[in-house]
Amino acid sequence: MSHSERSDIFLLDAERTTWHDETLWFVREKRDKAVYATPEFQKLRQLASDIKDHTLSRLDFYLQQFEENARRNGVHVHWAADATEHNAIVLGLLRQHGATRVVKSKSMLTEECHLNPHLLANGIEVIDTDLGERIIQLREEAPSHVVLPAIHLKKEDVGDTFHKYLGTEKGNNDPQQLTETARQHLREKFLAGQVAISGVNFAVAETGTVVVCTNEGNADLGVNLAQVHIACMGMEKLIPRLSDLSVFTRILTRSATGQPITTYTSHFTRPAEGKELHIVIVDNGRTQQLGRPDFRASLKCIRCGACMNTCPVYRRSGGHSYDFTIPGPIGAILSPNIDMRKHASLPFASTLCGSCTDVCPVKIDIHTQLYKWRQVLGEAGKLPASKKWSMRLLSRVLAKPGMYSAGGKVARQALRLLPHGLTHGQGYNPWAIARELPEPPQQSFREWYAQQPQNDKA
Amino acid sequence: MKVALFVPCYVDQFYPQVAIASLQLLEKLGVRAHFPKQQTCCGQPMANSGCEQDAKPVYHNFVDAFQDYDYVVGPAGSCVYHVRKHFDIIEQTPAVQHVRTNTLELFDFIINVLGITEIPGSFPHKVGLHLSCHGQRGLHQANESEMTPVRDGQLRRLLSGLQGLELTELTRNDECCGFGGTFCVSEAGISARMGQDRVQDHVRNGTQVLTGGDMSCLMHLEGIVRRQKLPVRVLHAAEILNGVIIG
Repeated sequence: MSHSERSDIFLLDAERTTWHDETLWFVREKRDKAVYATPEFQKLRQLASDIKDHTLSRLDFYLQQFEENARRNGVHVHWAADATEHNAIVLGLLRQHGATRVVKSKSMLTEECHLNPHLLANGIEVIDTDLGERIIQLREEAPSHVVLPAIHLKKEDVGDTFHKYLGTEKGNNDPQQLTETARQHLREKFLAGQVAISGVNFAVAETGTVVVCTNEGNADLGVNLAQVHIACMGMEKLIPRLSDLSVFTRILTRSATGQPITTYTSHFTRPAEGKELHIVIVDNGRTQQLGRPDFRASLKCIRCGACMNTCPVYRRSGGHSYDFTIPGPIGAILSPNIDMRKHASLPFASTLCGSCTDVCPVKIDIHTQLYKWRQVLGEAGKLPASKKWSMRLLSRVLAKPGMYSAGGKVARQALRLLPHGLTHGQGYNPWAIARELPEPPQQSFREWYAQQPQNDKA
Repeated sequence: MKVALFVPCYVDQFYPQVAIASLQLLEKLGVRAHFPKQQTCCGQPMANSGCEQDAKPVYHNFVDAFQDYDYVVGPAGSCVYHVRKHFDIIEQTPAVQHVRTNTLELFDFIINVLGITEIPGSFPHKVGLHLSCHGQRGLHQANESEMTPVRDGQLRRLLSGLQGLELTELTRNDECCGFGGTFCVSEAGISARMGQDRVQDHVRNGTQVLTGGDMSCLMHLEGIVRRQKLPVRVLHAAEILNGVIIG
């Protein structure tokens, strides 16, 4: 299915679409308020963008520096070329420690690698401890947003889910009571967790530190209770210096939710006495993307989700319509790198309005990359045949003024003469599903112009 | 100063009155623009669909048609933006560079080249201004809500200068209308929904006349207004300004 087909399913529930749009627009407005209140915000964006550009330009150097410093701190560093290697490394570590119960805090990377199903298939109990993640884990769904993974669900949906899996009273949709239920349920899991897996927001090369940002403190609780902490990170998470971190902590949550900073910004530099800290650094297509000059900048992404909140398409189609771990505009430029055929419709799931580019805190030229992916897909023969041939025909006509003039005249005549039902057939004219066609005038402008006596016939 | 009027293909075929208004408005402001009839289209429909290579002959035709003019002026921010930004895939001859640099959106030209910042006249209606994303974010013709809460821009100023005109304050000042070129048919469902939401924002806040600087957005919004039989008149800003000015 294409993005458009999946969107049509989402749009069937018009009321829910309105609610989804308004909820995310509210988050966008919170972001705006935080940005307006920070006069130097545009400077911070530029600085963040420059730091990321620089880091990506010397990524090999910073990765090695990071590894060296982390090892010096007593951290075990593992390298994974792809998702399969990543999952094998994590499972291997769990086996090594005889662990069967794992608590996990939010990590888009482990979602990307489909770690949960892999561990479950190997007899490991994995519990997502982020509230939103836990909700969708119970429902066996994928996250629909990078920061707000369960944003596609209303409180009634959560109430039903908790009733089914956690035994809350049927029809109890009170957010506070549901949250308390989740807390109690998760507390048991935290206490029983033998190994804690976390994602990584930033990895500081000069200190070998990984930094994890959460609002719920679930990463900290999991990590501090468990004997072993495994932090999984994409290789683009590097920043050179600890002082660079301050730039990113200032822009991350302002862009994401409008908060000045996350509730918890935890630095993990070395394991506690008698415990272990492992860091798994994952490539999984990132080197390939780094090798695409037009798309390299997509690796600057810090997963704030601002482009999703602002995207008028995402807000009305929902995260699942993208059918990719990272939805929204950023997902639409990351996904073709992974599988061009499967995700061929995503770069077209945009009007190229450019709002994503303007909210991006690291100044990724998202809408330009969407446009460029379209060309790459076109060149690679990944467009629907109807589109390819109609565009080829159109360009033939538009390159020849005489043909264009004559064609335009015929089309206008046809529109005028044919019955409305025929020109507005919804089965074959997608324009007509909600719109009237323009009323065709008797004369085109060029016909009118040629008749004006005062005009020279240039 | 030799000025050419660039009339985008769909304006030529479906909205000749917008091109006529642009021509007449320029004339009233002291500029006699020519319409080189070799022009057809900027090539954006192909390029936005991922068929940039197919658009190359259309780009060349555009440059051929307009290279002898000092300025190329068009009543559509999106097409102008396409020429300026995306004609980078053909050889950058002096003619191509000249055309790219000097193709300007109508109101950008009026304000920044002609230096005219106020057009006298009266238009006693409640007017909703639709900002074209490519005009606003691409050509920087208006402030962006992503950057600042201040709602300001070229057309907003020109329209505000008209006597009796009251601008609609929209709930979402600069959300995309969902036209998006071929997006309007390839993602028809989302496109329609975005357009309906945009129109609703205008209706809710009292718009009687819906206007803007880009006829492509307005074509889509007008299609929705007419389908829903709403009491909203859709006019290109050139039609309003040409109508009120005394020539």
